[in-house]
Amino acid sequence: MVSKMSSKMVGSNNLAHARRMVQQLRVEASIERIKVSKASADLMRYCGENAKYDPLLMGIPASENPFKDKKPCTIL
Amino acid sequence: MGEMEQMKKEAEALKTQIEAARKAVHDTDMASAASGVAPAPRVQLKTRRNLKGHLAKIYAMHWSTDNRLMVSASQDGKLLIWDSHSGNKVNAVPLKSSWVMTCAYAPSGNLVASGGLDNMCTVYNLKTPVIKTVKELDAHTGYLSCARFLSDTEVLTASGDTTCALWDLETGKQKTVFLNHVGDCMCLSLSPDMNSFVSGACDSLAKLWDIRDGQCKQTFLGHTSDINAISFYPGGNAIITGSDDCTCKMYDLRADQELITYQDAALNSGVTSLALSMSGRLIFAGYDDFNCNIWDSLKGEKVGVLSGHDNRVSCTGVPPDGMCVCTGSWDSFLKIWN
Repeated sequence: MVSKMSSKMVGSNNLAHARRMVQQLRVEASIERIKVSKASADLMRYCGENAKYDPLLMGIPASENPFKDKKPCTIL
Repeated sequence: MGEMEQMKKEAEALKTQIEAARKAVHDTDMASAASGVAPAPRVQLKTRRNLKGHLAKIYAMHWSTDNRLMVSASQDGKLLIWDSHSGNKVNAVPLKSSWVMTCAYAPSGNLVASGGLDNMCTVYNLKTPVIKTVKELDAHTGYLSCARFLSDTEVLTASGDTTCALWDLETGKQKTVFLNHVGDCMCLSLSPDMNSFVSGACDSLAKLWDIRDGQCKQTFLGHTSDINAISFYPGGNAIITGSDDCTCKMYDLRADQELITYQDAALNSGVTSLALSMSGRLIFAGYDDFNCNIWDSLKGEKVGVLSGHDNRVSCTGVPPDGMCVCTGSWDSFLKIWN
């Protein structure tokens, strides 16, 4: 496996880095969050509404499956 | 108190504040919320195509938006373009550097891209009489782990230099550099509305970025090792990640936290890749143990497995019409299942 080279680490003594980190945390702290119950309900609704369009979930009839090998016809 | 001390104190206070805010909205968890949902059916998919052609490990694959063509990349030094319906190879693109880690198909179908240990993203035009290199995007100081086209004029890349970048294909220059990860960036996924993307890195964090202003908007914690794979949930409100810690996780963007972990005590191999079925209900996750496990994204249960590869599954992909799933492996084969 290709080895993941370790990145250059910014020294934690670097004041500019500390300022950037605080600024970033301020941005992340300021967002509005919705309740997990609502987030879950919305995801469940999305899955429910789209399940019927999901071929891998519903199964694909052989006649509509572009990957199904068509059997050769034999003329008797 | 020196400014450094002040900064450290404020950082700690902000982290505590974020954790408290996440806890405050954690009124349930996804598994409990989904307990009333009917289980997904047991998923048994058959191998419909076994695509032979590469001579070495396959590292990446990507579907075209036409649901039929796909590009794969192997350390045999080639990109192959396949017609998945016939199983035929449509094109072969020889690579200058065989140490490829990623490939991508442009939404238009006109271009493909590849990159890896050469630190570059090379873009090829498939529609000229002979396939031509149109640009070499050269500015990253680390390996290219992932590339995705927004259009024929813009490409997003993730790199081992810990940055992601948005490139202008006409000038070949970086328009925006996304700085915040402290570990190699390993993967990225574009939001359905194309205004943002998420990245996963070796710092075990996933981050949400605004493409236009370059700002990191949110950071998702929870994994305990490198995040190798990431994907937006259809609908755009959640993301799924896969990690060397052997788990996948779902994070909701609006609740700003992890909703569910997909794990099994018997599974102790890292996750290399993942793809979602069209409704998002099924997660196809490729593992180091040669399998691709299928998870019910709402209930957190394993509902199937794709076995057949003789080596690590390195990449997975579901085409936009959701009609199949493709797995690519270090065994040099691609398989199409449905």
